[in-house]
Amino acid sequence: MKFLFRRLFFYALTAWAAVTINFFVPRVMKGDPVQSLINRYQGQIDQDAVHSLYVLFGLDKKQSLWQQYVEYWGQILHGNLGISFTFFPTPVSDVIRTSLPWTVGLVGMATVIAVVLGTLFGTYLGWRRGTWADSFLPVMTFFSSVPYFWLGLLFIAVLAVAFPVFPASNAYTPGLEASFSWPFIQSVVQHAFLPALTIVLSSVAGWILGMRNMMVTVGSEDYVTVAQAKGLPERRVMYGYAARNAVLPQVSSFALSLGFVVSGSLVMELVFSYPGIGTQLLAAIGAKDYPLMQGIFLVITLAVLLANILADVVYVFLDPRTRQEG
Amino acid sequence: MSNLPIDPAAAAPLGDEQLPVPEVTEGSPSGKAPHRKKFVFVRNAKSITGLTILVVFLVLAVIGPWIAPHDPNETTLDLLAGPSGAHWLGTDHLGRDVFSQLLVGTRAVMIVGLVTGIGATLLAVLVGVTAGFLGGVTDEILSALANIFLVLPALPLIIIIATQIEGINSLDIAIVLALTGWAWGARVLRAQTLSLRGRDFIEAARATGESTGRIVWFETLPNLTAIIASSFVSTVTFAVLSQTTLAFIGVTPLDDWSWGTVLYWAQSNQALSRGAWWWFVPAGLLVAILGMALTLVNFGIDEFVNPRLRLAGMSARQMRRSGIRPRIGFTARVRDLPRTYDHPTPVARAATTSGSTTGSGGPSTPGTSGAATVKETVR
Repeated sequence: MKFLFRRLFFYALTAWAAVTINFFVPRVMKGDPVQSLINRYQGQIDQDAVHSLYVLFGLDKKQSLWQQYVEYWGQILHGNLGISFTFFPTPVSDVIRTSLPWTVGLVGMATVIAVVLGTLFGTYLGWRRGTWADSFLPVMTFFSSVPYFWLGLLFIAVLAVAFPVFPASNAYTPGLEASFSWPFIQSVVQHAFLPALTIVLSSVAGWILGMRNMMVTVGSEDYVTVAQAKGLPERRVMYGYAARNAVLPQVSSFALSLGFVVSGSLVMELVFSYPGIGTQLLAAIGAKDYPLMQGIFLVITLAVLLANILADVVYVFLDPRTRQEG
Repeated sequence: MSNLPIDPAAAAPLGDEQLPVPEVTEGSPSGKAPHRKKFVFVRNAKSITGLTILVVFLVLAVIGPWIAPHDPNETTLDLLAGPSGAHWLGTDHLGRDVFSQLLVGTRAVMIVGLVTGIGATLLAVLVGVTAGFLGGVTDEILSALANIFLVLPALPLIIIIATQIEGINSLDIAIVLALTGWAWGARVLRAQTLSLRGRDFIEAARATGESTGRIVWFETLPNLTAIIASSFVSTVTFAVLSQTTLAFIGVTPLDDWSWGTVLYWAQSNQALSRGAWWWFVPAGLLVAILGMALTLVNFGIDEFVNPRLRLAGMSARQMRRSGIRPRIGFTARVRDLPRTYDHPTPVARAATTSGSTTGSGGPSTPGTSGAATVKETVR
């Protein structure tokens, strides 16, 4: 339990750091979000309105930095992430609410598939090291160093343009009513296939390599030797003895890699015009919509932290050593 | 240096892995004295391949703009033309030469990669070694800092910072990437420093009254070389991918050519639906090849640091040639008897296993594991 509390404290610290970075970045940089909004409306905003805009965006010049900071926290704790410029005057939280489920669904599913597949395949490759199984390694290396979005581009070029098997963009056929009906679900799955394939293919290699190397290391431990000497079935030694111990670092690197997965899938969404949070973030960049950018960064960070906490809990269940300390 | 006799093997990274490795990898168990070799990993076939590709890219980064057949911004009338003699990789929607764009763009990619790599590695060494060496509260604070940067999703953070810098150039991007990409290296270095700190040769150096600075600089850092190199290579990979991504989404200036910029133009002008494969395939391939080269170098370093992986890194044919039998679940070992036993009798099996550290020998009943062993031995 002590382990979990330590971790929880750390996540609280990280969340605080993320919020603080979010608070300071626009204030340190030269750009003035209100000024850019005024420029967008080209002089249609009078001076009083300008001041209230500053207050609205939490950039009131009459307040001290500390007051602004405290107020910023108050707003965030109330779930108020400010107001989007591009969708003015829609609150950022509303924009995020409509796009987040798509990303979480797609990236979450694809990541879980990649981890499970990668770990199983890596177990096998590690067990059969030094045989023909090693010839998979160069292929894996290639896929692990390809940019996500480029793989997505290739898939579109081949499977959506040259051979139109899958749709190239959107999350479901436009015009379809969002509901839990069969045609809608079918359309969603069809549209998610290529993006998911992209994520799985480009991230699975890392899992395979990690698991394989752990299997190679664990495979020469004494307990594996003993298990084999006892004449246990090979399958049992492989899964029950070697893989079981080799999988632990996979769990902790799963937690750490989530940030990368999210980052990679952001751009992937742009390629597939998937209406997720990545597309939203990139649109916000194009429009210099600072509140939306920061809101999205905060939400992504919190999501990654949450997933990390989950991974830690799983770790505690898997590894008895963490439980002993408490 | 301290005047105590220090066993070079103990001073090598991960010195506790005292396996008779040099003989095994050289493939000639007899002869040669196991003198200490520096940069063994450079001899590794994977590292050589990777380094060769890297050098090619570096050369292109330097001479690229000079040997480019066209000005990358020069518009011609060959709009969106496929590869031809005049334009090796075709042209884009404005008739600009894609091959020249890629050649000129190599420089930005390599600059960002190298500057980020150097900057982030310096930060990682500074934070990681300090944390590992000083311990206590300093360690707690620095570790927490590194962990925070590890957990924060890097790309959104980079995007947010990069978009707020006006007139951003390659160097700015490299700085931002270095500031966000040092944490992993720091973490690994800290762990290794912690383990080095307790070793005898450090204790000996401390006992002879060497200053902390000297212990860090001359006793600790040389033993971290492999890990520092590996973290440098990983950071360069991270930087190249991030730079390409940033350019692809249009964060970098569009007149600053890089591979991602080419992809940006391709994506924003429907290269896909127009079937202009020459526009986006080569750029991505370049990133992939560069990334692969870096990964290969890292494999070489990994196998140098972790001898268990080193054996696994040999190809099946190489292993057979050097007389190593990979055995399922066991450490590979050198066959210490001449290969006269075509049909392994129980005596021969017992003899081959006797010299090993993980002998499963003994009464190996014809169970499943026994069968697997025989299968491997016959090969």
